[in-house]
Amino acid sequence: MKKFVISAALALGSLASALPAFAADLTFWTWRQEDKAQYEKFFKEFNKDNPDITVKFEAFEATSYNTILSTALAGGTGPDLMMTRTYGGIESLAGAGYLMPLDKTKIPALEGFSEPALASETMRSNKTLYAVPAASQTMLVIYNKEIFEKNGISEPASWDEFLKSCEKLKAAGVMPFANGTATGWQNETIVSALTSSIMGKAFYEDLMAGKTTFNDPRYVAAIGKLKEISAYFPDGFIGLDYASAQQLFTSGMAAMFAGGSFELASFAKQNPSLKMGVFAAPSLKKEDPKLVGLFFDSGFAANAKTKSPDAALKFLNYVANKKFAQAFANDLSNVSAVPGVTFDSPLLARVAELNKQSIPYMTLVNFRYGEPTGSNLIQAGVQKLLNGQATPEQVGKSMTDGLSAWYAPFKK
Amino acid sequence: MFTTRLTGRNLWIAALILPPLAFMCLFLVYPILSAFAYAFYEWHGLARGEFIGLANFHKVLFEYPFSERTVNAFVHNIFVFFALMVLQNGVGFVLAYCLWRELPGARFHRIAVFLPVVLSTVIVAILWKLFLHPLFGVVNISLRGLGLGFLAQPWQGQDTTALTAIVVANAWHMVGFPTLVFLAGMQRIPTEILDAVRMETESEWVKVRKIVWPLVAPSATVVFTLLFVSAFNFFELPFLMGGVDGSPHGATDVLGLYFYRTAFGSMSASAENFGPGSALAVLIFLFIAILSSAITLWLRKREIQL
Repeated sequence: MKKFVISAALALGSLASALPAFAADLTFWTWRQEDKAQYEKFFKEFNKDNPDITVKFEAFEATSYNTILSTALAGGTGPDLMMTRTYGGIESLAGAGYLMPLDKTKIPALEGFSEPALASETMRSNKTLYAVPAASQTMLVIYNKEIFEKNGISEPASWDEFLKSCEKLKAAGVMPFANGTATGWQNETIVSALTSSIMGKAFYEDLMAGKTTFNDPRYVAAIGKLKEISAYFPDGFIGLDYASAQQLFTSGMAAMFAGGSFELASFAKQNPSLKMGVFAAPSLKKEDPKLVGLFFDSGFAANAKTKSPDAALKFLNYVANKKFAQAFANDLSNVSAVPGVTFDSPLLARVAELNKQSIPYMTLVNFRYGEPTGSNLIQAGVQKLLNGQATPEQVGKSMTDGLSAWYAPFKK
Repeated sequence: MFTTRLTGRNLWIAALILPPLAFMCLFLVYPILSAFAYAFYEWHGLARGEFIGLANFHKVLFEYPFSERTVNAFVHNIFVFFALMVLQNGVGFVLAYCLWRELPGARFHRIAVFLPVVLSTVIVAILWKLFLHPLFGVVNISLRGLGLGFLAQPWQGQDTTALTAIVVANAWHMVGFPTLVFLAGMQRIPTEILDAVRMETESEWVKVRKIVWPLVAPSATVVFTLLFVSAFNFFELPFLMGGVDGSPHGATDVLGLYFYRTAFGSMSASAENFGPGSALAVLIFLFIAILSSAITLWLRKREIQL
């Protein structure tokens, strides 16, 4: 009898101590408040397969998200799971030891992910992955299909054709482009959206191999072509801010917007009847490949100090799988980083198609790891270029000289 | 009997003073002191690293690219201070004088001049961004309408006009404040003095220079000192109108923006740079504290007791 009591007590005790390990309440942080309903649906779905794990959604303001997140993680009050930024944005968290290191044994589905996708969430110093890549963004030209049809123009095959279409639109009294450059970062997006094809894959590879710098004639030529096409931006575009530029496009006053695929959702929201198309800005010659600029903008990560690491890993495995990715792509209009996802939206399907011929959005992807950042330099350089205060050569030189402060291959 | 009463009274006073004092220490003195301490450490994101002495200060003052940006922003703050001294305090004084002399419509204008001050800075920024819009802005449309189309410009996109545009917006927003302070100062001038002056001269200029200006010195002290502090803490309008990077190419960058961007990171910067950010905050604080005390002391000397 005594034995039975003891063993019963032991059993109960072990059961009691085992219970918290099974039932886990995880918190999930993101900067996308607008996606709350869909995420709660995803979490319910996850809970069906893992009845003992619940996930709670919490969102914070986008621009200060990283500050809020790193403050909370530093103070030990961070979430179990979180949406993270990429590149320099993940290094500041991973470098401080806040994130759980991941690999293919922990998350087998990572096997099929593309190299650039994994690189976006990998810390360069220890080559360790800290988040499951979530979505990519593409720098391209968005156009108003109705305006194109009305003026009898189609997606341009070469740079000359591109200029001719712009001329035709201008003659018809339509603004060819909606872009304005008073908002600093818009000077960076237009470089990638309009000139990736002119720079070309070979330039990017040489740049990464340390064989060339931004003084390269291919880069300088691309910047020169940007200046050329800026003649078709609105009057006084250097004083036109981002929000106004968006409105010029969504109101149908302008035919094209050179920018990121992240615009598509907000454009559609601002004007649901807008019929949009996308294309990669062409290169000088018809036969050259048309390239878009590509970068990854988000990932899913787990807290290194979470109380339920197993449950957190289960969740990361769930978001790395195609079933979730399919819903993530179609319900939230993301170009998912998970391989093999198909898209309901023809526009997103087209973006995913264009992604097959791309070079990275290099100032963001490769040159944001030190001060001054490539982004600082290109924004200032292009603003001076478009203001008539710098030549394309000077822009390339300012990039090379500025980056040589920290980028080893440029140091002499 | 007397001493016990005093002790009780002292206790009572202490009990009243302690809570606000504790509050101030916790939320004002402690953060300032800890920011001082932060400036001497290396930071990895928000995790504190090694003690590195004055390295952060050296970085923001002498190392590329920080030093360049510090100087650039500081020069802009100085420009803002002098431009606002003329456009805000100077115009404020003139307006106050007109209101005080009760020119026609003074009662209406007294309210009209002060009205923008109650508007939120965010509203003022949006309003002026619309005024200065290159395509649909009132400013450019009016210029074109007057046949002065060649003067229409992309105001916020040129380094020559962007900062001035922000200064004008700020002057429009805040001019009511110095006006009000000067007006109050003028209304305190005793009528006997004014009557006496009237027997000597009819010239308004002499009255302003010899009587009014010296007698509103206390108001000038307040207005100048506050302008100094706000010009070197300038943040909201540049942030809202030029963006956190001081677009175009740093032409609207001021110390406040630069500090914010450095400490907390921005879209175009690598990440948070807490060490140099704190060092900047400390330098800005010391600069403002020392100079504004000096200015106050100096201006106090020239005040005349009535």
